[in-house]
Amino acid sequence: MSDHDPLADLLGTAGEDAGCEGGFTVLAEYVEAELDGRNVVQLFPAVAAHIHNCPACVEDYRGLLALARERRGAA
Amino acid sequence: MHTAQDAAPGQLDHESRAWLDGLRAAGAGRSAALERLHDLLLRAAYAEAGRRRDLYPEIAGAELDDLCRQAADDAVVAVTGKLDGFRGASRFTTWAYGFAVLEVSVKLRRHAWRGGSIPTADDDATWDRLAGGATSAQARVESAELLSALRRAVAEELSARQREVFVAVALNGVEIDVVAAQLSSTRGAVYKVLHDARQKLRARLEREGHLPMEVR
Repeated sequence: MSDHDPLADLLGTAGEDAGCEGGFTVLAEYVEAELDGRNVVQLFPAVAAHIHNCPACVEDYRGLLALARERRGAA
Repeated sequence: MHTAQDAAPGQLDHESRAWLDGLRAAGAGRSAALERLHDLLLRAAYAEAGRRRDLYPEIAGAELDDLCRQAADDAVVAVTGKLDGFRGASRFTTWAYGFAVLEVSVKLRRHAWRGGSIPTADDDATWDRLAGGATSAQARVESAELLSALRRAVAEELSARQREVFVAVALNGVEIDVVAAQLSSTRGAVYKVLHDARQKLRARLEREGHLPMEVR
């Protein structure tokens, strides 16, 4: 979230939002695509919007990304 | 909702196929797979709790151990219960990690907030604090005008439940999982209330000329 645009923090972004369940369903695929260097905003626009807008899911996304990255590094 | 293709059964990577075969086996084979899964998700739970240690420094020691074990237990139940929902679009381990992260996330937040009350303040001080985030003089004036319009919209546009959730989560930074627990609801349902509230507020600000009209 931005430190300098309180309105954006309050209102989130306009447009399609996958929601928590919708985002969670494809979150593993999302983080693997990101680790592969693919454009996840184009591939999963509604999930990317949700991650931006939901303070709970953005932290879970960061956690899953860290775990998946570590797993790849260990493989 | 997304464009990536699900993997056909034959396209599963070797490790994911081995996990599925083990968890769908009978007898000792399944028991061994469940034990491996629990070990995997317990390590993930500790790693995730460690990553968030600065957010919840008060949760440590035996309390943290207990929380991680509960998270791993619950994640194993979730993974095995939803095994048929694994589409092979990611590695099995990444998919399973998601459940461990979710369990740790919810448990840490609720544990940290236990006994606390949900802030309901939408008073002058709360809104002044938000307006104070702007950095330039012009931005402060614009921000003050917008926030004043937004405050009116919160009072006039939202249902009682939408106002309750918006004030707690957006204005006062309360965790959605905590609000969900207080309301005997789910993260997804509370987020939907927040999302609908934001849509109403955004539409009102657009009508009043405070925000550019969105193409719908």
